Amino acid sequence: MAIDNETIKHVAHLARIELQQNELEKLSSQLHDIIGFIDKISNLDVENIAPASHILPISNVLREDNPQVSLTPEKALENAPDKKGNFFSVPKIIE
Amino acid sequence: MELNQLTAHELLAKLRNGSITAQAVFDALYQRINKVDDKVNAYVRRGNLENTAQKSANQTELLGLPVTIKDNICTEGLNTECCSKILQGFRPPYDATVINNLKRSGAGIFGLKANMDEFAFGSSTENSYFGSTHNPWNLDCVPGGSSGGSAAAVAADEAIWALGSDTGGSIRQPASFCGVVGLKPTYGRVSRFGLIAFASSLDQIGPITKDVEDAAILTRIIAGFDPNDSTSVNQSVPDYTKSLTNDIKGLKIAIPKEYFVEGLDPEVKAVVGEAVNKLAGLGAVIKPVTLAHTEYAVPVYYIIATAEASSNLARFDGVQYGFRAKSDNLIEMYKKTRAEGFGDEAKRRIMLGTFALSHGYYDAYYLRALKVRTLIKQDFDKVFSEFDCIVAPTSPSAAFKIGERASDPLKMYLSDIYTISVNLAGIPAISIPCGFTKNKLPVGLQIMAGAFNEEVIFKVGHTFEQNTEWHKLKTTKI
Amino acid sequence: MKFQTVIGLEVHLQLNTKTKAFCGCAIDFGQAPNSCVCPVCLGFPGTLPVYNKEALNSAIKVALAFNCQVQEHTKFDRKNYFYPDLPKNYQISQYDLPLSRNGHMYIYTENKPKCIGITRIHLEEDAGKLIHEETNSLVDFNRTGIPLIEIVSEPDLNSPQEAFDYLTGLKSIIEYLDVSDCDMEKGSLRCDANISLRPEGSSKLGVKTELKNMNSFKGVKDALQFETERQTELLLNNEQLAQETRLWDAEAGRTVSMRSKEGAKDYRYFPDPDLTLFNIDKTFVEGIRSRLPELPYEKMRRFIKDYSLSEYDAKILVSSKKDSQFAEECIKIYSEKDKKPLVNWLIGPLLQEAKVRKTVISELKIEKKELVNLIGFVQRQELSGLSAKTVLGQMIDTGKSAELLIKEGNLLQVSNLDDLNKIIETVIALNAKSVDDFKAGKSNALMFLVGQVMKKSSGKANPKIAGDLLRRRLSNA
Repeated sequence: MAIDNETIKHVAHLARIELQQNELEKLSSQLHDIIGFIDKISNLDVENIAPASHILPISNVLREDNPQVSLTPEKALENAPDKKGNFFSVPKIIE
Repeated sequence: MELNQLTAHELLAKLRNGSITAQAVFDALYQRINKVDDKVNAYVRRGNLENTAQKSANQTELLGLPVTIKDNICTEGLNTECCSKILQGFRPPYDATVINNLKRSGAGIFGLKANMDEFAFGSSTENSYFGSTHNPWNLDCVPGGSSGGSAAAVAADEAIWALGSDTGGSIRQPASFCGVVGLKPTYGRVSRFGLIAFASSLDQIGPITKDVEDAAILTRIIAGFDPNDSTSVNQSVPDYTKSLTNDIKGLKIAIPKEYFVEGLDPEVKAVVGEAVNKLAGLGAVIKPVTLAHTEYAVPVYYIIATAEASSNLARFDGVQYGFRAKSDNLIEMYKKTRAEGFGDEAKRRIMLGTFALSHGYYDAYYLRALKVRTLIKQDFDKVFSEFDCIVAPTSPSAAFKIGERASDPLKMYLSDIYTISVNLAGIPAISIPCGFTKNKLPVGLQIMAGAFNEEVIFKVGHTFEQNTEWHKLKTTKI
Repeated sequence: MKFQTVIGLEVHLQLNTKTKAFCGCAIDFGQAPNSCVCPVCLGFPGTLPVYNKEALNSAIKVALAFNCQVQEHTKFDRKNYFYPDLPKNYQISQYDLPLSRNGHMYIYTENKPKCIGITRIHLEEDAGKLIHEETNSLVDFNRTGIPLIEIVSEPDLNSPQEAFDYLTGLKSIIEYLDVSDCDMEKGSLRCDANISLRPEGSSKLGVKTELKNMNSFKGVKDALQFETERQTELLLNNEQLAQETRLWDAEAGRTVSMRSKEGAKDYRYFPDPDLTLFNIDKTFVEGIRSRLPELPYEKMRRFIKDYSLSEYDAKILVSSKKDSQFAEECIKIYSEKDKKPLVNWLIGPLLQEAKVRKTVISELKIEKKELVNLIGFVQRQELSGLSAKTVLGQMIDTGKSAELLIKEGNLLQVSNLDDLNKIIETVIALNAKSVDDFKAGKSNALMFLVGQVMKKSSGKANPKIAGDLLRRRLSNA
């Protein structure tokens, strides 16, 4: 199926990736080919087949409600690109 | 032979009888790395070579012998960046479970991380932020990917043994390109806790080693139930070294006909054919079978894997760790960080995955792919109800030249055809060296088995090894 | 043209488990920012979730308490969107196979039961907290990963008052189960509302408006009231309503549109591959059901049956679990067959004392047997109602017994007929004019005379008995 520029732009926005115009065109063309290829699966009859959302036959994995040791704020923030006190800091959110 | 040229089991014997020290092994590795890694580029961030090595605290089983770790496995206090700009500087405050297992067994965690395709997206290690790794058998060629650094390091004797990760062939294919052994365990056999996720339902950590015995030892140590991983299976881990019996008489081996069609390099076909004959000569019973949905494996994989990846990689946004682009507001920060931080292949896969999950396309792509996945698994279940294992080529070709496929992503994806179905079905598979092309590039033989039947894989692989010499050959190019 | 209001409520509750939904961080409020976090709830690369068994148990209890069908197969899905309080930029939630569906709850807005459908109750995890500064926002992830359940009602509520009653009823049930603090002010209970209007008699739903940012049950009611009026006016003027999200501004007393450029959000839900499927077998569910505590409605019915309370009184008494326990213990100590006097004291003066002290009945510092004793004095007419109310306050303040306080305050009423008659004779003798007035038909005079008796007895005479005696005495003479 055809992937038009509008769709690509929308997908890029959903993925929060800024694409330059030349990137957009190149990506658009590559994705077009790839999607054309993966469209192959539409040939199969999957009417009564259950989706394999989990390949393992395990279920009901749970854990006990027992407290474990947490990180210190220092450790939690060690890799932070920007912080203020014990908070992570991000640029302002414009709606 | 230098210490770094030996296998782990040979070194362990020497460590046990006290004739060498673990430090001597480290030193031999440093020497080798200093000599050849400028050409091979198996390791990344080679700045402070000795300082970052983590020697083991205890002297149990592995006696301090170092293991090389792929850059997507979290090591506490040691940078773990998935060879991506977006994770630059990331130092995890915790160890992956496999690292804990290694430390408990007395292993040393090697202080340099192995190169990889960024976030494991690739089949050539050309997508690394730190540049390509070069195949030790031919420096103009790729080592395969995404665990190309791990495989090349082992092949070049820059590592004794290594851990890689495999989502669609990322351990097996580089192992086959580099003439070493690489195993992808059954999904759920090895904990994924601490493996920076690519595709959660497909990823597994596994060993890349010089021979099957080393793979058996290392697998046993990293495998096992982990309560921190909901997808880890609570099943006891056998002593895989007990499967190394050099006897496959009467074993039933299936050869899938869909793996021997057009697209398979004739030289690879010939070499693999010889290997199969060898197995027959050793007493195995060989029969052809069909894995009818093989042609759908690559498209199914690229829908499921990229969909999961698009969600797994959403957390790389500049907020808590890694690279953050300069920006005035939040949305701009997200978009610029991810635009500048991710390489092309990463962006391509995230876009594809986002598309496959998006409103209006979910049913036709993601949901449908999950159903076809069931069909692919059923193909394998059917074969394993009758056969002990499946044997096939690992890759349709030997190592290709660096740059040769970089501009054609689709062609690159198609080269995963023989390895991908294994991940989709969740079964284990190994690649072992079984010969060379005329250009002296290694060819790998893939052995697959039913879920949790790594034992038969080790048995067949080891038997083949004991009766051939391929795994003993070393490159002379570096 | 008359319009019908159609309201649906989405309530999010924080469960009061010891640890978070998917990791072992202890849930500890009021701690320094980013101190109750770990690599898992921070969404650090490589980490994986494992669901809290206790959270599942609590959620099933809630599902059963709201008469929902607990599904045999349930799973977690990822809800994908980008926001700084969401470390993984997806929330682990449930989409098409929620934990439970098709329940209901009764409200009594018009003093008769109305069934409100519950569409679904499902599991999620909480996000972090943001503090907005001028050029930056600060993120605290302590709250990230706390287990939530979301309770979605059918659009069966038809007035702001019904919505309010739904919330109080819901809170009451949750309190009885003891699975959440359900405190809107502390944020362990959050509510969003969906409201639309349609012409009365029409079956087609009108344009839906989502309301957010209400911080109290009253806020929800006020916001819905405002919206009803705003939308009615627009509709009467034939104006178009936009399908939008509006924020309640409690200070200004109005809703404001949240102008969003996004349009419909695409969350790209898909089953979370890091978590297994859950098969919940019927025996397990029935086990939980058999261990459910008595719920408000059941307790109400029991109070009516066992203690002959009126429905009205029973409803008030059961609305709070702890208060209902307090009440029932008092009822058990109270030996009279007719419990009404005790109940009147509980829902009257005692409730008032609690309100004045900004607390609840069960937290008042008063012994139940002392309360019952106090009421006994009133019942035996040894204490006037008015005095008793004062003593009640003193009992709570000082912890002294009713008996002691009555003695100290010299409050024991004179109900002894001989003593009263003596005082009455004295008053009659001193107030001949009033006596004449009464005999002349002025009934006010009697009240005056009763007042004089009260004065003469320093307030200790039982006014009712005094009045009766006076009336008889004066009618005879």
